[in-house]
Amino acid sequence: MPLKSKDLLGLEYLTKEEIEHILDTASPFKDLFTRSVKKVPTLRGKTVVLLFYEASTRTRTSFELAAKRLSADVINITVSASSVVKGEGLIDTGKTLEAMKSDFVIIRHGMSGAPNVLARNITASVINAGDGLHEHPTQGLLDIFTIREKKKRIRGNHLKGLKVVIVGDILHSRVAKSNIWGLTKLGAEVCVVGPATLIPQGIEKIGVKIYYRLEDALPGADVINILRVQLERQQQSYFFPSLHEYTLLYGITKERLAAAKEDVLVMHPGPLNRGIEISSEVADGPSSVIQEQVTNGIAIRMAVLYLLGGGG
Amino acid sequence: MKLLVKSGRVIDPASKTNRITDILVEDSKIVSIGKPSAISQQPSAIKVIDAKGKIVIPGLIDMHTHLREPGHEEEETIATGTRAAAKGGITTVCCMPNTHPVIDDQTTVEFILLKAKNEGVVNVLPIGAITKGSLGEELSEIGELKKAGIVAISDDGETVMNSLIMRRALEYAKMFDLPVISHCEDKNLSKDGAMNEGYYSTILGLHGIPKEAEEAMVARDIILAELTSGHLHIAHISTAGSVELIRQAKKRGIRVTCETAPQYFTLTEEKVSQFDTNTKVNPPLRTKEDVEAIKKGLTDGTIDCIATDHAPHTEEEKNKEYDLAPFGIIGLETLLSLVVTELVNKKIISLMEAIAKVTINPAQVLKLNSGQLKPGSPADITIVDLNKKWKVENFVSKSKNSPFLGWQVTGKVVNTIVNGKIVYSE
Repeated sequence: MPLKSKDLLGLEYLTKEEIEHILDTASPFKDLFTRSVKKVPTLRGKTVVLLFYEASTRTRTSFELAAKRLSADVINITVSASSVVKGEGLIDTGKTLEAMKSDFVIIRHGMSGAPNVLARNITASVINAGDGLHEHPTQGLLDIFTIREKKKRIRGNHLKGLKVVIVGDILHSRVAKSNIWGLTKLGAEVCVVGPATLIPQGIEKIGVKIYYRLEDALPGADVINILRVQLERQQQSYFFPSLHEYTLLYGITKERLAAAKEDVLVMHPGPLNRGIEISSEVADGPSSVIQEQVTNGIAIRMAVLYLLGGGG
Repeated sequence: MKLLVKSGRVIDPASKTNRITDILVEDSKIVSIGKPSAISQQPSAIKVIDAKGKIVIPGLIDMHTHLREPGHEEEETIATGTRAAAKGGITTVCCMPNTHPVIDDQTTVEFILLKAKNEGVVNVLPIGAITKGSLGEELSEIGELKKAGIVAISDDGETVMNSLIMRRALEYAKMFDLPVISHCEDKNLSKDGAMNEGYYSTILGLHGIPKEAEEAMVARDIILAELTSGHLHIAHISTAGSVELIRQAKKRGIRVTCETAPQYFTLTEEKVSQFDTNTKVNPPLRTKEDVEAIKKGLTDGTIDCIATDHAPHTEEEKNKEYDLAPFGIIGLETLLSLVVTELVNKKIISLMEAIAKVTINPAQVLKLNSGQLKPGSPADITIVDLNKKWKVENFVSKSKNSPFLGWQVTGKVVNTIVNGKIVYSE
């Protein structure tokens, strides 16, 4: 079953079945990692372009590894050293890449909807690697994959009865949006908790519960997904008084974690602000699956490339 | 030169006329509106337009147009903008001062009037800036601007955030009988915003502009109008809250008038979902409840006028990331058809009221002698086939940024007459 769209722009646009299909497809790719030869010839002769307008370590490396393990040719475009600095617009850059017969353009962009704009202007498959405050679909998928694996929720059993708490800056988080779309489609109970200034208007209409106090949100949590405090957004817009106060109210410490279920999973999309939204004790503790999220990210991205390439 | 508009249904809200008759025009003025038999005796050196089966109405007045000249001729010029107006049955456009340079001195007003005389096909009436450069810091030389020919003042797009300067503007403009047109937007509340704040801005990840950014300023300006007794005209209202604030202000006898634009009674924020930048407009498209409230405000008379806020932008400017695209959509060529299709045919307002909101009402706000059909008035006349259906496409405007592209609408302008001259024929 291939995916309906040529692009992966967000989990909002996928059906529950498509999401499960991607997750199921990722499992055998993950098994590949334990072998001595980690490469399959699936995308041999295909060209994958990484077009990153924003800084990234893990997402970019993860996509690059995923494409290489599928034997695709990978081109990395560093925007600061490209014709973009000469004023070239997104659509022209996309058309240039298309003229070079790229099969996939993986884009990260600071503005919401930039991948949507690119996708309707070129025929190559566009994969959203994070756009503004909108979506980060492969992060959402890898988070759900990790939850499913750890909680032994396989297909047919979805995520019913599972309580996932997302903590922090929901307003600016594309990770939160993709998680919310994916998790609610698969039947999980999703709660968001954070300062009222960082909970966006109308989010409850997607089907999440809103809390402002950690102690109200954490009891009974099966998963806590901790968002990064986006220090760069904090400066001019008065979202909260100080980092000190943020940590006081929303920092996840070992003591606070005790309110959740005993087998709670602690997740974080990275990069971490240790000692601010998460204590090192928690980040490196037994509940943390942060490193496994990174590993799973490669398997998910292989599955996405494979399915968009016509596989499945 | 004589012109006879024959056998059309003449509808003139100012005189409450609604009957089949003829209109005789000589040179630039209406000579008589009379029984078909009386005028048909005129000599044969008359050009005759057969308006049988059509309606004959005062030429439309669009009190909120961006003609872009001088400064942004790649988007629109006085020549192209006035031709787009003529196609839409609009015989007078009031051009907003956010040109480059800003219309804040006599020279710029004179340049526009000269260009309009030489290259335009409809009446062009400039609106001057409230403050120099529309920077919100010091008042323009409003007296001199008035002498040069402006009909109102506005810092459109740039709300006067300093309440003291807004107070002074309302007080000072009173002396010249000029309305102060306010684009109500609290710039702090709307900062970084690209669309209405709510469920859709959240799922699309676009920064929101809360309706309160508009309403807070509507409230402030009403309070200042009460303080100063100045004439406040609020531009393009888009929210239920604004309608209610103005309704209450009118009840209290405050000198406030207002306009809305077709996008605010036809479209909702849901339209933004595909990141189509032809839905990016300021104020932003709002919710269904707001659209309903705007219609109610039109029905009960709270909203006096319908204007276009015609804001042309090139394909190059618009086909890009939503955040990067400029605000604004064009509207001159679709105004009348959207009013007929969405308001008259859906029985939101009567045909007579609808015509009033695009003719005599804006004329009264701006103290113009046009917008009506009576002997002695300028011969600005529009002839419309009310039943004709057409598809919105092939714009005359230099820009094509319309969210209504491809719409099927009813009511088509057949002829537009400005100062006795036929400037558009279908």
